[in-house]
Amino acid sequence: METKDDNISAMCKPAVGEAGKTGDWRDATPVIDPAKCIASVKNRPACYLCWLYCPEGIVTAGVPVEIDLTYCKGCGICAEECPAKAITMVMHEEGKS
Amino acid sequence: MSDVQILTGNQAAAHAVKLCKVQVISAYPITPSTPVTEAISQWVERGELKAEYIRVESEHSVMTVCISASTVGARVFTSTSSHGLLYMHEQLHWAAGSRLPIVLACVNRGVGAPWSIFNDQQDSIAQRDTGWIQIYCRDNQEIIDSLIQAYRIAEQVYCPVMVCYDGFILSHTMMPVDIPDADQVCRFLPPYKPHTILSPEDPRNINPVIFPWQRRDAEGVLRDGYMDLRWKLQHALEGSRDVIVETCRAYAEEFGRDHGGMLWTYRANDAEVLLASMGSLATEATVAVDLLREQGIRAGLVGIRVYRPFPRREVREAFGKVPAIVVFEKDISYGYEGALCADIKASLYGTGIQTPVHHFIAGLGGRDVKAGELAEAVRSSLAAIASGNSEKQTWLNCVTE
Amino acid sequence: MPEKLFKVHKEEYILPGNRACSGCGLTLAYRYLLKALGENTILTLPASCLTVLHGLYPTTSVSIPCLNCTFASTAASASGLVAGLAAMNRSDITVVAIAGDGGTFDIGIQALSGAAERGTDFIFVCYDNEGYMNTGTQRSSATPAGALTTTTPFLTKQQNKKDMMKIMEGHDIPYLASTSASFPMDIYDKFVKAKRIKGTRYIQIATPCPPGWAFPPRDTVKIGRLAVETGIVVLYEIEDGKFRFTGRSKTLAEKGARAPVINFVERQGRFRKMSMEQLGQLQRSVNNKWSEYLKRAAE
Repeated sequence: METKDDNISAMCKPAVGEAGKTGDWRDATPVIDPAKCIASVKNRPACYLCWLYCPEGIVTAGVPVEIDLTYCKGCGICAEECPAKAITMVMHEEGKS
Repeated sequence: MSDVQILTGNQAAAHAVKLCKVQVISAYPITPSTPVTEAISQWVERGELKAEYIRVESEHSVMTVCISASTVGARVFTSTSSHGLLYMHEQLHWAAGSRLPIVLACVNRGVGAPWSIFNDQQDSIAQRDTGWIQIYCRDNQEIIDSLIQAYRIAEQVYCPVMVCYDGFILSHTMMPVDIPDADQVCRFLPPYKPHTILSPEDPRNINPVIFPWQRRDAEGVLRDGYMDLRWKLQHALEGSRDVIVETCRAYAEEFGRDHGGMLWTYRANDAEVLLASMGSLATEATVAVDLLREQGIRAGLVGIRVYRPFPRREVREAFGKVPAIVVFEKDISYGYEGALCADIKASLYGTGIQTPVHHFIAGLGGRDVKAGELAEAVRSSLAAIASGNSEKQTWLNCVTE
Repeated sequence: MPEKLFKVHKEEYILPGNRACSGCGLTLAYRYLLKALGENTILTLPASCLTVLHGLYPTTSVSIPCLNCTFASTAASASGLVAGLAAMNRSDITVVAIAGDGGTFDIGIQALSGAAERGTDFIFVCYDNEGYMNTGTQRSSATPAGALTTTTPFLTKQQNKKDMMKIMEGHDIPYLASTSASFPMDIYDKFVKAKRIKGTRYIQIATPCPPGWAFPPRDTVKIGRLAVETGIVVLYEIEDGKFRFTGRSKTLAEKGARAPVINFVERQGRFRKMSMEQLGQLQRSVNNKWSEYLKRAAE
């Protein structure tokens, strides 16, 4: 027997993925080149402008830098702002994601 | 303990707010409701009522302040009339959909265009679809008693309540009012327990966009779509009938005054014609009933006290056996007929009751309505009914074609 | 650069998988203002892009308590929260109203003016994407002259952008600030400061909008930066009447090297019908604004 909704007005709880796996939105995927990424090259916390400017906050400012591709919408701001030009937005092949 | 004072309707309303220990009052002036919040501001500024008093910049904001303050758990109040009520119309819908126990005193006044500052009930009756409970008071005693009951009803069913009383006729007229004892009122009103959670301890997003369909949450529970939530409001309003009746009964037991629950009757038992009305017009109609009785017509009156939820069951019972019904009301649903009349007729549908129902649109924009005119109107209706006219709309004492 | 970043509150209050557009300037700004405000906050917001970011029932993408309200009522909703929380002895919670430019400059201006005039103890944030973007890019009074929108689709917007900061300054409030999504640390610092101030605080954030302004999402930060570099958007604060440039605008004020406004305009599809006259008018108004601000900063 399915539990009924006990709310009498619309009250939401926080959770990841309200709009689903927004990684599906992308038509280009960010790829970080560790040979160029300043944090990777220096092998310590550094730069992190990609973390700073990601609207979604899905960049992990670690060594190496990691992007959560399940939710990355592919805006490309990280690639645009990276001072080392370490991030490339790789276009998906037609018909594939 | 009896504390009878000579009060205007507005003063009676203000006293109710003080007794109910309302915590947030949002106020905007509009004739003839202004004295209510003026009286409250005196008490607040002198420290006799501990409350936040927000002098907002419009009636739309009046209701908005009520909504958000009630959401975080404060008992709230406001009063308004006419265009003030109309200006907050959007927020009335929002308050009901939010399921908040807001109490509003509507001091009935006609609406423009053109401007009228005088009494009719178009303002509140035009809000009948918003999801608010509506109570119509027949005298100043009922104003103070109904406002106190309103908090208990609202906070139990989580629906907002509008207590309506006629502008100038009641709001500015002085009558003896027995002011209930403050401690007794405290005991009569349990503290408000909000169902809404708006707190850093448990972050929620309240009243966002909702899809038409049901949708699972992150824990897998199937949650409502828009229509399901809206059904809950309708269901709560229908169920509030029992709470309204019980509250009235409990109030009568505690304070000794019974205002009748959903509706009240006057000399109705053996009636050959029943008048129907709301508010101070119903009080005037009791005088008309007496006049008719003196003239040999066995008239009676049904005073509708609660207009929403509409007292379908009580109306069917009250009008079940009478051969003629004459409705008097201070409103019109333009393009159709008086709203009260239409609702009465609709509630009789399907019961087999085929009673002729005549109605009179009376007193719009404050045009005076005298008991003698009501009695004359009933006599003319009875004559028309006798000659086979079972349904008629007449504008009382008005220039028509 | 990294030292400043490391002082920033780490927790993300916007959860991934939210409904905002790819490359949304608002989302970027929102990340930092929420970090600065922290958890002891209650938000209220009207129908707007932010409503959609917050998500649809029964899930929300933001882990700060939030009350949705009707379009015109944001500042009044905040007033009710402040009053209700005072009645419940929870005045320690910061009340923050957030509306778009439509909900601030246009439909929301009446309630905002009322709340500010009453000295309501809250922060009102306007995220300015220069149009009604949630409904598909219609013109608002924040839309700059020369911009194409769906309601100014051929002749472009004729009127200059409304100076909302000046209007808010007329309300005698303790703190106003102008900031930009392209300068997250400027946002962060201003909100950390604003949180500590009592009374009405008004903060306007320039938030570029890729679909509405017609530029690729990857350029959001660049476009917002150009707005500041050209002096169209100024980073400043007015605290108890005292004007102060901040961040990049402070540097520009000291070095006097503002870029020409065409650098900002030429990158956006919404300005493709802008006339030379409108462009000239924009440059002149930026120059005039800076003369005034430089004078005030020197006082």
